[in-house]
Amino acid sequence: MIPASFDYTAPTTLADALAALAQGGDDAKILAGGQSLLPVLKLRMAAPGLLIDLGKIDELRGVRMEGDTIVVGAMTTHHDVIADPLVREHLSLLAKTTEQVADAQVRYRGTLGGALAHADPAGDLGAVAVALDAQMRIAGPNGSRSVPASQFFTDYFTTALAENEILTGIAFDSFAGWGAHYEKFHTVSQAWSTVAVAAAVLVAGGTVTAARVALTNMGPTPIRARGVEAALIDGPASDDAVRAAALAATQGTAPVDDATAPAAYRSHLAQVLTGRAVLAAAG
Amino acid sequence: MTTTEAPPAEIGRPRTRKEDQHLITGHSTFTDSMVLPGMVHLAMVRSPLAHATITSIDTTAARKAPGVVGVWTGRDFPEQGGLACAWPITPDMKSPVHLPVPTDTVNHVGEIVAVIAARTKAEAVDAVELVDVQYSELPVVTDLAAARDGSAPVIHGDLGTNVSATWVFDSGAAGTGGDASAAIEAARSDPDQIVVERTFRQQRLIPAYMEPRSTVCDPNGAGDQITIWSATQIPHILRTMLTLSQGIPEGKLRIIAPDVGGGFGGKLEVTPEEVATIMVARQLGKPAKYTETRSETMMAAHHGRDQIQHLTMSARKDGTITGFDVDLTANMGAYLALVGPGVPILGAFMYNAIYKIPAYRFSCTNVFTNEVMTDAYRGAGRPEATFAIERMMDELATELGMDPIEVRRRNWIRHEEFPFTTVAGLTYDSGNYEEATDKALRHFGYDDLRAEQQRRRESGDRIQLGIGTSTFTEMCGLAPSRVLGSLSYGAGGWEAASIRMLPTGVVEVVTGISPHGQGHVTGFSQIVADRLGVPFENVKILHGDTNISAKGLDTYGSRSLAVGGIAVVKAADKVIAKAKTIAAHLLEASEDDIDFAHGSFTVRGTESSVTIGDIALATFTGHNLPDGVESSLDSEAVFDPENFSFPHGTHLCAAEVDTETGKVTIRKYVAVDDVGVVINPLLVDGQVHGGLAQGIAQALYEEAQYSADGQLTSGTFVDYLVPSAVDLPDYITDKTITPSTSNPLGVKGVGEAGTIASTPAVVNAVLDAVRQFGVADIPMPMTPARVWQAIQDGSTAAGSNSSSTGGAA
Ligand SMILES: Cc1cc2nc3c(=O)[nH]c(=O)nc-3n(C[C@H](O)[C@H](O)[C@H](O)COP(=O)(O)OP(=O)(O)OC[C@H]3O[C@@H](n4cnc5c(N)ncnc54)[C@H](O)[C@@H]3O)c2cc1C
Repeated sequence: MIPASFDYTAPTTLADALAALAQGGDDAKILAGGQSLLPVLKLRMAAPGLLIDLGKIDELRGVRMEGDTIVVGAMTTHHDVIADPLVREHLSLLAKTTEQVADAQVRYRGTLGGALAHADPAGDLGAVAVALDAQMRIAGPNGSRSVPASQFFTDYFTTALAENEILTGIAFDSFAGWGAHYEKFHTVSQAWSTVAVAAAVLVAGGTVTAARVALTNMGPTPIRARGVEAALIDGPASDDAVRAAALAATQGTAPVDDATAPAAYRSHLAQVLTGRAVLAAAG
Repeated sequence: MTTTEAPPAEIGRPRTRKEDQHLITGHSTFTDSMVLPGMVHLAMVRSPLAHATITSIDTTAARKAPGVVGVWTGRDFPEQGGLACAWPITPDMKSPVHLPVPTDTVNHVGEIVAVIAARTKAEAVDAVELVDVQYSELPVVTDLAAARDGSAPVIHGDLGTNVSATWVFDSGAAGTGGDASAAIEAARSDPDQIVVERTFRQQRLIPAYMEPRSTVCDPNGAGDQITIWSATQIPHILRTMLTLSQGIPEGKLRIIAPDVGGGFGGKLEVTPEEVATIMVARQLGKPAKYTETRSETMMAAHHGRDQIQHLTMSARKDGTITGFDVDLTANMGAYLALVGPGVPILGAFMYNAIYKIPAYRFSCTNVFTNEVMTDAYRGAGRPEATFAIERMMDELATELGMDPIEVRRRNWIRHEEFPFTTVAGLTYDSGNYEEATDKALRHFGYDDLRAEQQRRRESGDRIQLGIGTSTFTEMCGLAPSRVLGSLSYGAGGWEAASIRMLPTGVVEVVTGISPHGQGHVTGFSQIVADRLGVPFENVKILHGDTNISAKGLDTYGSRSLAVGGIAVVKAADKVIAKAKTIAAHLLEASEDDIDFAHGSFTVRGTESSVTIGDIALATFTGHNLPDGVESSLDSEAVFDPENFSFPHGTHLCAAEVDTETGKVTIRKYVAVDDVGVVINPLLVDGQVHGGLAQGIAQALYEEAQYSADGQLTSGTFVDYLVPSAVDLPDYITDKTITPSTSNPLGVKGVGEAGTIASTPAVVNAVLDAVRQFGVADIPMPMTPARVWQAIQDGSTAAGSNSSSTGGAA
């Protein structure tokens, strides 16, 4: 398991990284935590000529408040996301989901930005970004732009990022006070999600007043379950009502069909897990 | 001299492992750590196709690549001999030639078609992509049943068939019991009997040892010695087989198994990679190293299990079994592995298990497919057998509406009936199935769990509970040489040991077994410390180097303690006997008046004594020995067991099934094992825990899958799901101790027990939870999708049944 040889650079500023990326062209690849990229290189499924390591760029790391917005630097590791007090207060769905990503070793190196840029349909964090309407902050040769999560994921392992762009941060509104839960279904703890559901809800006096629900691995990209949200809002946070609303979870999905999990089974799981996620989030 | 208190016995102490400090402080010496001057690194070009003719191989570009020292195709190794199978189970067994680097045809994905040597590993790997191999595809066979019934294309044209051999045991013919076919036929027309017929699939498993296989060969030893370091379980067998298959004189070969990181049977092999490494090193006259990647382990190292089991059992309505017929189809893969053909045959003696079955027939047909070879994997034949019989006991109980424990009680050998000669012709020396079962039931809280199960059923709870039983035995301590001879196995089953008494008090013990993670160094030190009355710390165990341990048959089949440990005991007893003569001389007493205890020889009735260490020193100086006595206490011994040992136990599993998702969670697992006398309870628990993990993994998680065109689709740990501690329950382990009567320590063997026992316990538990929905069976591994689907299908079937009896349209 040895990658093909490549050049390596570790700039200390975003500007230098963008310049290196512009120069390297399509032969260059961004290296974040390496948890997804290195296996790809070792299996020789890709052989970029240049790796640009973002690990030494301080401005891409850490969580900060910008007015009412919480911005998580793209290079913030899963471990740091989980431990961050701002995340815990305002984005408990992100904290709870990240806790369920991989194992401690991977969480010490893997980054939120890397996970989202990698856009594995079985990855857990895309659903959080989609559910919470995150804004993906992107820097490129011509300046910065911001793309809503709903438009960021375009296909299997494909995002709105151009080859010469870098994801710099993920901006969220505050969800302080919301109940949140990530219901992850996998066969063994090391395995990726067969299907999973991210849910955040606001409940007042037993009634759901706001709901965000998104699905992992029910199609090429994370899917916002708007039908479920609509069915939940203004309804009781009761077992029966939530499970009935959860039946809408299959709307607009296109789950893969393979030997380990047939599509019909995944669709069924989406409904069951949505019910469980929302009920758990509603506490 | 004051009388001192006897030191605490070493046998039975939970000693932590002597081996561990070296391993966990970064000082380990695995084969891949080996660096020799001038060493070249190898990489393999492997076939991406399951069955094809090699039409051309162009190595020009690879030869010119940076750092490349040489590229070899099969034709560049005119000296290569076919890899040998050591177990011709029948005289007419068909065995294709298995070249380490094939010249004309590839028969499974991952076969080596070219070998690259380069100055660095990275350069070798880079050059792999530059070798251009052209193939012409041939039809691929992956279907066992089609391979057997002749409907699939023949893989090895010269053999004319995909069937390698059929091996039959019939208790009627053998005189060990009745005629099973007749018994089952009679039962079919007997209103007081029932016949239960089932087909089970033993899926393919991958022995996922931690250390990938690795070989280093130095062809330039003094005196023409060829030194080979290999991540192997079998340095001695490797040496002999390399001579037999590759024609290298045995005297030139020194094999070293340094630290070896697990094997589970997966390193009980003479591999194409080992031979290729040796051939390159010899051709270049330079040391060569090859270490495989994990992907290569998954794809090209041998797999385990993979059988279709067709089972027919007849029984009286009170639950007494009257006949049992076993018909197996076993997948050998593309070639016959070292002991591959014999693995299912080892099970032949175990399908009757702990039960008094009056008539028994076993037939196994070994077939070829375009998949990687199968061979030993933890339990080797016995997990398959135990699964079949323990599943059938539950099926019988279900058919008769009896409690599964009660059905077993009706049939098992009672403790007062030992020694007991079984319908398969083995004599079980000892056992107490009643005691182990009673103990397990107490730990388990059987009645409470049954009550909870009932409550959950009645309330229609989303989580249903099931209880699974496995009352198992196994044959361990492989093996009495005469038995192996009667099965046409290519070697004996003895084990060797020698002891060297050093002048400074150190006892060097050389054993022919080859530990690779079990803790034998610790256990054997305890045995020798007790036997010779020396401190545990003073015992040094040497193994795994044919220049140090010249004689041995290595480690597999739960044999290391039950055979290898006994050889050590025999060698120690010889030391004591020799020392006694010298002690009598030094103490000026008659040998008949000398007692030996706790390391001291004492003249009976006096306080006059001398320690064994004093005598070792006396033989070193040689100043004062009796006339005609050699100046050495050192000894050698070989132990050939007269019988197997038969560990047994009762395992109980409570499994929760989430009926909405199909997910299985093990709620409680009790394992009461009788492994005879326990040398070190910590090591025994470790073996049981690891064994349980692997057995549970077969039931719930692991499966090597091939697509119809012979591609391994579970080639990484993303798809081949090995559970971790988080996925497994806390185990409640306990033991009963019925000493084996066939060896002086009373030990039986524990390496495979957990794996053998646990798979049917888990499967029985899951089925017990979901039979209420009309589910009859769920293939292993019982993944959530399969369990959920079975509940859907079962409910549909049950629903349509009730509607048809209800007359609804
Ligand atoms: C054993 C294991 C188990 C795992 N299990 C899970 C799991 O259960 N759930 C889950 O969600 N994930 C899981 N992961 C993946 C983990 O979350 C990774 O951390 C993540 O997918 C990639 O993050 P990274 O920082 O390592 O990115 P890298 O591997 O460095 O990069 C991934 C890709 O994104 C690109 N990239 C990275 N950062 C940027 C950026 N800022 N701008 C533009 N492009 C960028 C890279 O060029 C590359 O193509 C697992 C990984 C491993 C190794």
